[in-house]
Amino acid sequence: MSNLKTITVTVNGKHYTRDVEPRLLLSDFIRHHLGLTGTHVGCEHGVCGTCTVLFDGESVRSCLMFAVQSDGHEVTTVESLGDIDNLHPLQEAFMEAHAVQCGFCTSGFLMSLIPFLEENPDPTEEEIRDALAGNLCRCTGYQHIVDAVKLAAENMAVQS
Amino acid sequence: MTKKYLGQRITRNEDPRMLTGQALFVDDVEIPGMLHAAFLRSDYAHARILSIDVSAACNRPGVVAVYTAEDMGDFWKPGPLLVPAPRGIEGAFFHARTQIPMARDKVRHVGEPMAVVIGESRYLAEDALADIVVDLEPLEAVADLERALDPDAPLVHDDMESNLGSFVPQRKGDYEAAREQADLVIQRRIVIDRGAAAAMENRVLVAHWDAKSQEMTIWDTTQAPIPLRNGLAGMLGLAEHQVRVIAPFIGGAFGPKIMMFQPEEVLLPWATMKLNRPIKWIEDRRENFVATTQERGQIHDAESALTKDGHILGVKDVFLHDSGAYDPYGLTVPLNSQNHVMGCYDIPSYYSELKMVFTNKMIVTPVRGAGRPQGIFVIERLLDIAAKELDIDRAELRRRNNLQPDAFPHNHKIIDQAFAEFVIDSGNYPATLARALDMIEYEKFIKEEQPALRAEGRHVGIGVVAFIETTGVGPYEGARVTIEASGKVSVATGVGTQGQGHFTAFAQIVADQLGVDVRDVHVVTGDTAHFHWGTGTFASRGAVVAANAINAAAKGVRVKVLKLASKVLGAPEEELELADGMVRVADIPDQSIGLGELAVLANPMRGAVEPGSEPGLEATDYFGPQYGATANGTHAMILEVDVETMMVEIKRYVVVEDCGTIINPLILEGQVHGGVSLGIGNSYYEQLVYDDNGQLLNGSFMDYLIPRSTDMPPRIEIGHEVTPSPLNPLGTKGAGEAGAIPVPSLFAQAVEDALYDYDLEVLEMPLSPNRLFELCYQKGS
Repeated sequence: MSNLKTITVTVNGKHYTRDVEPRLLLSDFIRHHLGLTGTHVGCEHGVCGTCTVLFDGESVRSCLMFAVQSDGHEVTTVESLGDIDNLHPLQEAFMEAHAVQCGFCTSGFLMSLIPFLEENPDPTEEEIRDALAGNLCRCTGYQHIVDAVKLAAENMAVQS
Repeated sequence: MTKKYLGQRITRNEDPRMLTGQALFVDDVEIPGMLHAAFLRSDYAHARILSIDVSAACNRPGVVAVYTAEDMGDFWKPGPLLVPAPRGIEGAFFHARTQIPMARDKVRHVGEPMAVVIGESRYLAEDALADIVVDLEPLEAVADLERALDPDAPLVHDDMESNLGSFVPQRKGDYEAAREQADLVIQRRIVIDRGAAAAMENRVLVAHWDAKSQEMTIWDTTQAPIPLRNGLAGMLGLAEHQVRVIAPFIGGAFGPKIMMFQPEEVLLPWATMKLNRPIKWIEDRRENFVATTQERGQIHDAESALTKDGHILGVKDVFLHDSGAYDPYGLTVPLNSQNHVMGCYDIPSYYSELKMVFTNKMIVTPVRGAGRPQGIFVIERLLDIAAKELDIDRAELRRRNNLQPDAFPHNHKIIDQAFAEFVIDSGNYPATLARALDMIEYEKFIKEEQPALRAEGRHVGIGVVAFIETTGVGPYEGARVTIEASGKVSVATGVGTQGQGHFTAFAQIVADQLGVDVRDVHVVTGDTAHFHWGTGTFASRGAVVAANAINAAAKGVRVKVLKLASKVLGAPEEELELADGMVRVADIPDQSIGLGELAVLANPMRGAVEPGSEPGLEATDYFGPQYGATANGTHAMILEVDVETMMVEIKRYVVVEDCGTIINPLILEGQVHGGVSLGIGNSYYEQLVYDDNGQLLNGSFMDYLIPRSTDMPPRIEIGHEVTPSPLNPLGTKGAGEAGAIPVPSLFAQAVEDALYDYDLEVLEMPLSPNRLFELCYQKGS
């Protein structure tokens, strides 16, 4: 394509310079150009929250942004959290509380919750439910996710 | 054998991969040179195709090919009938009209594909859709079920005399005689509308024909990889071993992903062979709303005949079932409805007519619940109305009509979805009901709390409904269990996994049989290269049919282990025990051998083996039940309605569930929670709204509301009753769909109870705040 734009973006601490079409969605850039497929795409119209990533530390829906908007910014995806043998406390709590079923929406929940727990390390159940309301899950009915967030908050408080 | 894992709350083996974004979903598959498909779909529900001009699209840079039905030649044919109609029901008929890969003469629903563009990227392929010029002559559409049966209604299928696709009358006893004897007859019309399955992952497909190796690999978000492979091999003229279907991690399915040979599933494998390049198709959410199968639309004219003390003498139900434009899934959904009307009750006489109707809407196939919620809604509503008319307590009325624990096996004496008489194997319905009433503190609420709340002017109601779920149907599943040289165990089975925790629940069963750590059991599901016999994940059957096959195969390995270890250790088999990954002589712990070492001995590199012996510590086995196991449960809830806004708040929610032997309570509870959330959606949030032209008016997550965390009750409290099924060695019954089934009935009852001063009768689902407002005020309250 003739109208490619060169962007430089920091994703999970690593710098990437890529030529992209202006219309390329940030979600597609992350998944298909950078190969970071832990971020999933559920609706492509900004409702389900599955594609949530951190943009300069704030959770955003990557399907509602263009890749070119990330030029010069910092994006953080689920791959930045723990790894399989060393889970992040939030991931550990999701496993412990059985907050994952099909696992498709999970990354979006995690990336919504990371800044939430930073801002509110000791949330009430009602605050947790409010924080989760921007992410849809069709498998769990949310109860075990709520349990996981409570557990994560407790464990992170002990660790810090 | 000590049961170390069965019944334990084991966290899941698969979670670390999912939580770190390392689990493979179909859209994660990237192959060099991969092309992307986009489908041109009809905007009309019913129209004749006059012409399709794809020349401009073909000329767009980046477009590799554009195909219409005309290009498909002999490959174009209607899909197979996946589920045939049951035979031997007097007076019944069924007309098969299965879906086609692309519309040729006319389109029959919005979303039906008319052309496919294959391009270098998804963006380019979608651009080129706009270049295609289609000349359509709009025809009158039929969206309404009753309108579809009018003599002058337009025909969805021109070769048929009417839109009546099937008629199935079933009878048990003599309903008319029962009606004559009854003290009370209740007649109502009950309407249930469509909803979406709305898995968070849309459908996705990658088809890769490798001409050099002459092998086709298909990654597909399917619930049934093996039948899909077998069918596609036949269609493509390939041997079955040349086709590998992989259903990796699937982002939720809930039914529609059991639908096979969908247009995209047939076209991509065909096109990859023509173009000799891999092709990916990613369904978008809008397509998921118009081109993925849906369910639930039915209209029932139901009646019940009762004695004055509330005993049911008989039930009659004549209902229309919306099949959409085609009927590839046979009668599974409406037969389930027809069966479940009898529910967990002793109903001496029953007459039912099922009328399946073609409409110009998306095809109907099972969605979690699969016709059962409608049947349960009918009987539970009839009971609620009878309770009011007879002034008998709702719970008491159910108690009086429940099948008793000594009634099993109970034959409902009509034909079910498995084409056999509907027999319930086991259960303890009064215990389930009593436990739920106890947990929700029914008496206390009715007698103390509710009067006080009403005195404060608050509208807080309670509901309690009972249900059954036919689960674990045949025909069979199979599995292969292998102890590897590492001492770890591999399990392969044919069913696919969409979040049910198979990698853990199945591992628990094997770990118990072989005395290994549950984390050392590696399960593969849904890959035809690993196991190629089986049918799929549907009808709440994984923990019944597949789990019992796995149990049988693991037992087979255990037999081999004991036999070989007995020789090696010089001790009789009866004195050996399997634990901690070892076989040891029970009283002499240091006389032992590791399973890995034993596996190596069973597979020698040199030397002689006994004639007739099989190598390795491996066994394959199968399980097919005599008939399906039937689970049951009671749900109860307390909800408050704000009569200003008609918003509801569920204050308490209780589930008492009997799915036989529990493999993993943690996973089971997760299944229940998810089912309940779909049920809440089906009750108050989710309705696919079609207009008279067959246009879907709310095909996005902005307009079609699925429950959020804030729409759910603060806690779903779960009690387990356990009546093991006598139909399988593990004693399991399915649990995947149960949570969703009774919720609309429960919701209706609780809303009526909350709005006691509005004299409300809820005879439809789904409701919504708007609709509830209309129902309250059309009565002039």
